[in-house]
Amino acid sequence: MNNVFVICEIEEGKVADVSLELMTKGRSLANQLNCKLEALVLGHNLKGIEKELYPYGADVVHIGDDERLEPYTTLPFTSIIVNLFEKEKPQVALLGASTFGRDLGPRVSSALVSGLTADCTSLEIGPHEDKKAGKTYENLLYQIRPAFGGNIVATIINPDCRPQMATVREGVMKKEIYDATYKGKVNNLEVDKILKPEDLVVKVIERHMEKSKVNIKNSSIIVAGGYGVGSKENFAQLEELAEVLGGEVGASRAAVDAGYASHERQIGQTGVTVRPKLYIACGISGQIQHTAGMEESSMIIAINNDPNAPINKLADYAITGDVGEVVPKLIKFYKQNTK
Amino acid sequence: MGLKIVVLAKQVPDTRNVGKDAMKADGTVNRAALPAIFNPEDLNALEQALRLKDTYPGTEVSILTMGPGRAADVIREGLYRGADNGFLLTDRAFAGSDTLATSYALSCAIRKMDKYDLIIAGRQAIDGDTAQVGPQVAEKLGLPQVTYAEEVLSADKKKIVIKRRLERGVETVEMPLPGVITVNASAPDCRPRNAKLLMKFKHAKTITERQSESEDYIDLTADRPYLNIEEWSVNDIETDVNWLGLSGSPTKVKKIENVVFQAKEAKRLTPADEEIDELMKELIANHTIG
Repeated sequence: MNNVFVICEIEEGKVADVSLELMTKGRSLANQLNCKLEALVLGHNLKGIEKELYPYGADVVHIGDDERLEPYTTLPFTSIIVNLFEKEKPQVALLGASTFGRDLGPRVSSALVSGLTADCTSLEIGPHEDKKAGKTYENLLYQIRPAFGGNIVATIINPDCRPQMATVREGVMKKEIYDATYKGKVNNLEVDKILKPEDLVVKVIERHMEKSKVNIKNSSIIVAGGYGVGSKENFAQLEELAEVLGGEVGASRAAVDAGYASHERQIGQTGVTVRPKLYIACGISGQIQHTAGMEESSMIIAINNDPNAPINKLADYAITGDVGEVVPKLIKFYKQNTK
Repeated sequence: MGLKIVVLAKQVPDTRNVGKDAMKADGTVNRAALPAIFNPEDLNALEQALRLKDTYPGTEVSILTMGPGRAADVIREGLYRGADNGFLLTDRAFAGSDTLATSYALSCAIRKMDKYDLIIAGRQAIDGDTAQVGPQVAEKLGLPQVTYAEEVLSADKKKIVIKRRLERGVETVEMPLPGVITVNASAPDCRPRNAKLLMKFKHAKTITERQSESEDYIDLTADRPYLNIEEWSVNDIETDVNWLGLSGSPTKVKKIENVVFQAKEAKRLTPADEEIDELMKELIANHTIG
């Protein structure tokens, strides 16, 4: 009772990265709160799935395995989760801010009248004093997120309703094995008893999922381009630099919108969050929406025509010049010096 | 076959243009200090409704918005583009609502509207980016939902087939009606204002707005009922006040911080050969690359 829950998402038969990242966060929250960490997995053909979750510190893995739960649809998932949460009364429930979590989370929180904070960038535990009501609270979940197009950062709390629910985007939390030999237990859910015919009214007729080919999130070197790169052809130079350095190409939203790079390479608040060893920002001005997704990079090199571009305030090295001139030189001198 | 469609639209502060006085002391948004626009994805939602109206004559598109009096602009904007009528839900009792309290109030207003087949909203609003109100309205009304919609492929009185745009692919789903759809920015843009509709509806006003008009205006509207924008206060809809506004909002804003870049001194370089060469040597020497 009153534990920390992570609602896990299944991708190609495995627990999705974003869910494992939340397991890591959930474990540390549970340790702080001195409670258990429980995972919830719904889908079909999930045999052995708990083994993926134990090393992240799962004390209990709730599994609902039924052919009607694959592919995902909102209503049956909601019914099962609401049913479980009404019994277990979690104090915290986390889920990924993916299309899955952003479809399911609000539905569940509305049914439980619990409140939900979307796209959190940080989760902490802390106290709260409500001076007006003369009440104090201990151990609340601080749900911290940018709002207002990234112009402010708000700390949201949920003093009285439970669970305290939050979604978090992929890549924001760090995935770390807690204990490779950790053992929890499985609780098999009686899906058949919970599902009603009205839960199954939405039908998935067709589904085309592309395997994600690029993995910029785990790359230690990222060469990212913005609108200032100017053309798809110039973007090819960035690809060459990334290849030479053994990195990946990323892009700002403006570059993706302009068609220079594919959507899956988008970095920033509405894309992925990355924290590579080296981030080379080419022709990126440095809007907060972009920097929110890369500011934790260990080293940042900015290449921009404008010496006053905001990105230079974050950069360790700011090269004032044309991307088209600088990038080939980076390639050239890298090759010369590594011979 | 005409459908009855409710489009949920929100007037939002233009977050690309935020000044210092944008937040009030209690951490809620000072909307009065910001330029107000029609939430972009709600325009994508309106377009989907108008396309259904094009395809199925007899379809009626109503705009529902909650906000201060000036949010009536959103309704007029919708009328200029082809919506049939609009409803403004406005009351101090709704102030400070989080997404759940907002969804509850909207669902109460929808219950009061005539029978509806379909509710369409934008996926999310640019001031909060939460994407919660659509699914929560659906839950409050006990309706099925389809989020991240990009295109309505077909519809009849009983069901609708929708293409969804997900992170890693597309999905086609069938939902029985009535139901709720939220529409992505990747869906087609909304059509522009129509000149004839602009002429027809430019004097459309709420009862509050009419009070400051001259007698000429009252005469003008007397035989033009379509110029009335329905305005509802909390007393016009059936609600439990405990579920409204701040008291109906489980989430509270504890703290607001303005975003400031950490001051850090960047090493300034030019594209000169020796400087780039030196940089590369440094990066290789400290094992950042290579």
